[in-house]
Amino acid sequence: MKTIAIIDYGMGNLRSVHKAIEHVAPSVKVHVTSDADDIRQADSIVFPGQGAIRSCFAAVDARGLREVLLEATKTKPFLGICLGLQSLYEYSEEGRGVPGLSVFAGRVRQFSHNGSDANGRALKVPHMGWNQVHQVRAHPLWNGVDQGARFYFVHSYYVESTNEREVAGFTDYGVRFTSVAAHANIFALQCHPEKSQKVGLRVLENFVHWDGSG
Amino acid sequence: MGLAIRIIPCLDIDGGRVVKGVRFVDIRDAGDPVEVAQRYDEQGADEITFLDITASSDDRDTMVSVVEAVASTVFIPLTVGGGVRSNDDVRRMLNAGADKVAINTAAIVNPGFVKVAADHFGEQCIVVAIDAKQVEYGDCPRWEVYTHGGRNATGIDALEWATKMDEYGAGEILLTSMDRDGTRDGFDLTLTRTISDAVNVPVIASGGVGGLDDLVAGVVDGHADAVLAASIFHFGEFTVAQAKECMMQHHIDVRL
Repeated sequence: MKTIAIIDYGMGNLRSVHKAIEHVAPSVKVHVTSDADDIRQADSIVFPGQGAIRSCFAAVDARGLREVLLEATKTKPFLGICLGLQSLYEYSEEGRGVPGLSVFAGRVRQFSHNGSDANGRALKVPHMGWNQVHQVRAHPLWNGVDQGARFYFVHSYYVESTNEREVAGFTDYGVRFTSVAAHANIFALQCHPEKSQKVGLRVLENFVHWDGSG
Repeated sequence: MGLAIRIIPCLDIDGGRVVKGVRFVDIRDAGDPVEVAQRYDEQGADEITFLDITASSDDRDTMVSVVEAVASTVFIPLTVGGGVRSNDDVRRMLNAGADKVAINTAAIVNPGFVKVAADHFGEQCIVVAIDAKQVEYGDCPRWEVYTHGGRNATGIDALEWATKMDEYGAGEILLTSMDRDGTRDGFDLTLTRTISDAVNVPVIASGGVGGLDDLVAGVVDGHADAVLAASIFHFGEFTVAQAKECMMQHHIDVRL
């Protein structure tokens, strides 16, 4: 039986991700775990995240998970969600600056509080709600997902990629930012597929059946 | 096209059932929360808000089970409010599957609680609910914050309060006009616009929706980032899909 490990580093609610994956793949064994061996043995990895990025890394390190996490980014289907995307970059501006895992090239920046949309209306921060993800290349996880489909976002920091080849989707909110990144066995989203109704469930279903080839 | 305006059906929960009172009297039973939530999800609701209107400690456990049951079948954001007083309350709701909690009276009693909760759980899960009642009319209208379903005045100016809660780390403001709540006369648009233009975080307009045009006005004239309604959806008068169609006809971005 295929196993999926959702990495639990004690930073919040993983119930939604867990339930959503069970919903799309009842035959898959899903572990919510902070155990390095569980993570090593799982076929696929989900790295969710919420809260502040500094506390996220502190919690990962406190559980000794950094190494196994990095190993997973190189070896098996890996799904990052929200901070699980942001933490893969080189650096985040959040909280006076935090170095990242440097799996992807680029940095995480804060939305300006002075941004405005095309109609001149002020853009609120956090960027909260349903926005479009524009797919920039084909990927197995986009299977059955419409170009420009709306996903649920909630974040105050965004990814600025410096390697275009790692961008799988972008979203506009005052700036054009990387909302989905992909390379080899990694697929990571800023938005929350577990909260994005049918379209999000489709991405999760695609992930469950994905062998990790781009 | 950009960020969509959200349409949020609100379910008032009493003893594990969906109810909707008109001006807090004449409470009518509107069904099982899981069934109602599923129906709204299918109609295209962008989020669902649950308000525990009894908020007695006995019902807290019932509310946790309601959230767990809904979050196991409905995969859109869920907000829970009513009687959230401590970090423990927040944690229980988030662990049950809520994405955000709405804090109302506890913020008035201890504004620092909002800071603590936002630091601990992240600003994105902390909604501050403000019940406002107009106290001055004319060229310089003023609104005051009320608690306990509009019964208790706090003496706090609603605009100052909203700005302060934004600074304290609220990720969103759920703004209800107590003058309009349950009347079906439409949102208090001046109130909504005043608050929405003054804060950096998204504002959800609430209180008074009687028809689909009211939702449109909340966005166009009230500058709301999201609109919340209960009774127009509960008794099958309108579907969320119809609300979105109406928004589109007025060139408002919605998720289809």
